[in-house]
This record gives sequence, C-alpha cells and structure tokens, in this order.
Amino acid sequence: MAYSDKVLDHFNNPRNVGSLSKADPEVGTGVVGAPECGDVMKLQLKVRGDIIEDAKFKTFGCGSAIASSSLATEWVKGKTIEEALQIKNTQIVEELALPPVKVHCSVLAEDAIKAAIADYKSKSAAVVTEEVKAD
Amino acid sequence: MGDVEVDRNRSLELVISSVVAQNEQGNNEERLMSVETVMAKMPIYLDNHATTPMDPRVFEAMTPYFLGSFGNAASRNHAFGWVAEKAVETAREQIAALIGANSKEIVFTSGATESDNIAIKGVIEMYAEKGNHIITAKTEHKAVLDTCKYLERLGKAEVTYLDPDTDGRISVESIQAAITDKTVLIAVMAANNEIGTIAPLKEIGALAKEKGIFFFTDAAQAVGRIPLDVNELGIDIMAISGHKIYGPKGIGALYVRRRRPRVRLTPVIHGGGHERGMRSGTLPVPLCVGLGKACEIAGAEMEEENKRIIALREKLHQGILEKLDYVSLNGHPEHRLPNNLNISFAYVEGEGLMMAMKDLAVSSGSACTSASLEPSYVLKALGVGDELAHSSIRYGLGRFTTEEEIDFAITQSVEAVSKLREMSPLYEMAQEGIDLATVQWQVPHE
Repeated sequence: MAYSDKVLDHFNNPRNVGSLSKADPEVGTGVVGAPECGDVMKLQLKVRGDIIEDAKFKTFGCGSAIASSSLATEWVKGKTIEEALQIKNTQIVEELALPPVKVHCSVLAEDAIKAAIADYKSKSAAVVTEEVKAD
Repeated sequence: MGDVEVDRNRSLELVISSVVAQNEQGNNEERLMSVETVMAKMPIYLDNHATTPMDPRVFEAMTPYFLGSFGNAASRNHAFGWVAEKAVETAREQIAALIGANSKEIVFTSGATESDNIAIKGVIEMYAEKGNHIITAKTEHKAVLDTCKYLERLGKAEVTYLDPDTDGRISVESIQAAITDKTVLIAVMAANNEIGTIAPLKEIGALAKEKGIFFFTDAAQAVGRIPLDVNELGIDIMAISGHKIYGPKGIGALYVRRRRPRVRLTPVIHGGGHERGMRSGTLPVPLCVGLGKACEIAGAEMEEENKRIIALREKLHQGILEKLDYVSLNGHPEHRLPNNLNISFAYVEGEGLMMAMKDLAVSSGSACTSASLEPSYVLKALGVGDELAHSSIRYGLGRFTTEEEIDFAITQSVEAVSKLREMSPLYEMAQEGIDLATVQWQVPHE
C-alpha cells in the first residue's frame, strides 16, 4: 500500500515530537490506545489562559498513526480549548488522505486531543480546589 | 558462487539495457539518470520467504520451451510432444533427486497452495472409510489451515490444531497424545514461513509409520534450503514450491509416496488424467523445466550456499544486537532455516518500522493494514505477546544477498529503530521504569 505524500512528509519530518513536564499544572496529557492493538499515542498540551501554546506528541504505531498525531499537534497549537475540541477525525482523514483501514489512526488522534484537554481541565480544577482550601 | 555473481551481473545488465533501450530517443544525460533512478528506486530485497528472484540459470533453461519447443508433453504421436515430454521428465527427475524420491512420485501442480489442497482433501476423501481425523498445528500456513477448516465445515474431517512450544516446534509427544483410531493424516510443515522453525520431521515420520498414519509436510520453505530425504525422514506426501527456490511462479509439485506405504489421493482437479490422474491439466512445460533446474541448482549448491547465508544472517543478527537493546528473537535459535531472522524490536511498531526502513524490503508480523488489526497468528501461537508481535520484523536472506547489503541493513535497521523509539511513548515509559503490563490503557471510542 502506498502512503500519501502528506503522510510521508509527517512521518519523515514529524512536527512537535517530544514531551512536556507532566508536573506542570498548565500541561494536559492524553495517552490513548494500547500496545497490544499496535497503537499508543501520547499527546501533551501546554495551556495558558484558554490558548494552547504548545503541543508535543510521542506515538507508537504505523506511519499513519504517527502522521495523524503529528498533524494533530500542528492543528491544536494556537487554538483555544473549545476550538481544539471541535477537531474531528474525519478532517484528519481528509487532510492525510488516509485509506479506510487507517481511519482508526485518526480516531486515536481525536481521542488523544480530547484526553489531553480533559486531563488539563481536571488538573486546573484541582488547583482551584487547593487554592480554595488555602484560604 | 562465482558463476552466480556473473549471472546476476548479467541479469542486472539486462535490466539496465532495457531501460536504456526505452530511452534511446533521449540524450545521454537523461539516459544515465533514468538508469540510476530505476536502480536506486528498488530497495534491498530481504523478503525471500515471500518469494525469491528467479535464478538467471533457471530462466535460461526455460526459454527454449516458450517458443520453438512448445509441444504438449501429452502428445504421444509427434516430435513436438516427445521433446516436451523429455523436458518434463528430466525436470521430474531433478526434483526427485533433491528429495531422495523416485521421479514417478512427483506430481506437478500450480504451487504449494494447490499441493496442500490436493494432499489434505485427497487423503480425507480417499481414506474416508478408514478415518476422518487430521492432526495439524496452529502455526501452519493458511493453505493448510483453511483447507482443514473447509473440510471441518463440510463435516468431512475432524481436526486437532496443536500448540507449538515457545520456539515454534511441534512436539512428537503432543502429536502422539492427539492420535485417535480415526486419525488418517498428520500435517506438520517442514519449516515455518514466518519464524523459520524446522519441525522434528524424522521423529514425526517414525511415529506416523509406527501408527500407520500418513505424514504430510508442507515444505515450501524448506525444500532446497535444508537437506530433505523423504525416505530418511519418513515423509509420505510433501508440498514443493517453485518460486521459493529461485524458480518460476505458478509451478509447484507434490511428492506422493508409491510404496511402503503407497499413498492414493482423490484428485481435486478432474480432467484428462494427467499426472497419474492426481492432477489433470496440460503441463506448463517451461515452468516444469524451471522448477527442475531450480532443484538441480539447489541440490548442487545448498551446502556452500548455506554456509554463506548463515554467516550473513548471524552478522545481521549480531550487528543489530550490538547496537540495540530490547531485541528478542522469534523462533528456535538452532532448528531454524539458514536464511530466516525474525526479531521483535520492543516499543516500536512493525509497519511504522518498515516505513522507516524504506530501503529494505522486509515483512512484519504486525497487521495494521488488515481489517482485523490482529498481529501474526504464528507469533501468537508461540505465546509472543501481541505487543511484541506488532514489533516483529522478518528478514529473509537469499542466494543473491551480499555482505554489503547486510551491512547496509544493519545500519538502516538500527537508525530506524532508534528514530522510532525516540518517538515512542512506550520506550519513554520503559526508560522511566514504568511496567507497561500494569498500565490501564484507554482503547479508542470507535
């Protein structure tokens, strides 16, 4: 099976590979997938105010999974949380021209964004609670 | 081996000259670029379990039978037929000689898949009154497994699918324990196509003989790669493939024992009664000649070739082990095909890995492309976890693999694995000391 040029580009020159500190209260981490399924994505977002300032990923998976997560980091950067939550896997499928057998890679990327945002939200809620306690 | 090099260079020259011929209208510069592009585009071929390049000597032996000597080997009344028949019978003898058989015991087929079908269906139908039980293994080729399942569905056979040990070997004890008074066939492959593990053929053959059960072995990967003597090993039926041994695609053979015991098979393809009624259809003479020549070369060169290939395979394995950690071998360390190296690179996924090793043509037990997303059933049967099955790469060396290519393969494999591990969240977790088995994974919502 031949890969699209965009998949190849993201695979060969992945954007935003790396990790952010999980301890940072402004960082949300989403890890989705399972090793026995052949895909695991870790997506991290650094949020200031309501804006996603930075995004990093690490992915265990095929070329399409790596490309989907690389693209996801590109797309979320600079967006608000609400905007990032609007990203749909079908947009990733379209952008990367993923064949039907690779649609699950895009689903995983969408899930990773949502999981990272959920983590960020629960973390900031915890911070607020602590602040309340401190008073 | 010198001759092989010369032949190979000649075949490369042929490729180049055909490209040049296509570009004769262009100027010199364009022509040169085009040749380079063609040669540079092709990765290094390390997938010799899937198929092998045809040996130029085989090709040369076949060519007369496409044009001038086009006769039907079954035409008894004129010289065209006699020439074709002589060529086919010579090929039959060459095949028989490689496996210690009599040429009358060789039936030409379209390939190992057809041979598997004829062997299993043929025994079950012919010996239905005697019994209907087949003993086989979970690691068999799909051509065997699917044929067995088909017969089960029809209610014609009952099948026991044995588990291999962790190295992929089927124990004689497990076969013995599975035998019933209805068992008519033991079907265990000679060498596995994914992991290269070689079965204890002699022991299985002896057991089969003792119990009066036919022993069938799919030897598509083993013929021509390891010495096989059907009498010494007690094999009653054996599937042979042409394109796995530097012969043409579309041809294979079935060895069918004629005495002690005599094996009779109900045909799958009915027709003019060719091949002693076991496989009707006009013989593809050039392909038969090609398979014969391929067997002749394999027999003459196997010993020397194996020394060379084992040295290269070990170099590849050691070269990778020296540079990378978390690498595990799949299959048996000793009872293994000389040309097979199947290893799992933990924390990277096989399909992504193959994409990163873009100049190597290999294969993986990962199955991201298949709808089921199930990794290799062979590795699964060995008890290799799904995660490591997804991380497996099969290197299949061959007659034309060079040391230079192996050096390159080591470098590119190491680079690709290192690059992908840098991107792998699993590798990161492992480095942090997290036990991946204890992680609660979140499966996607689809």
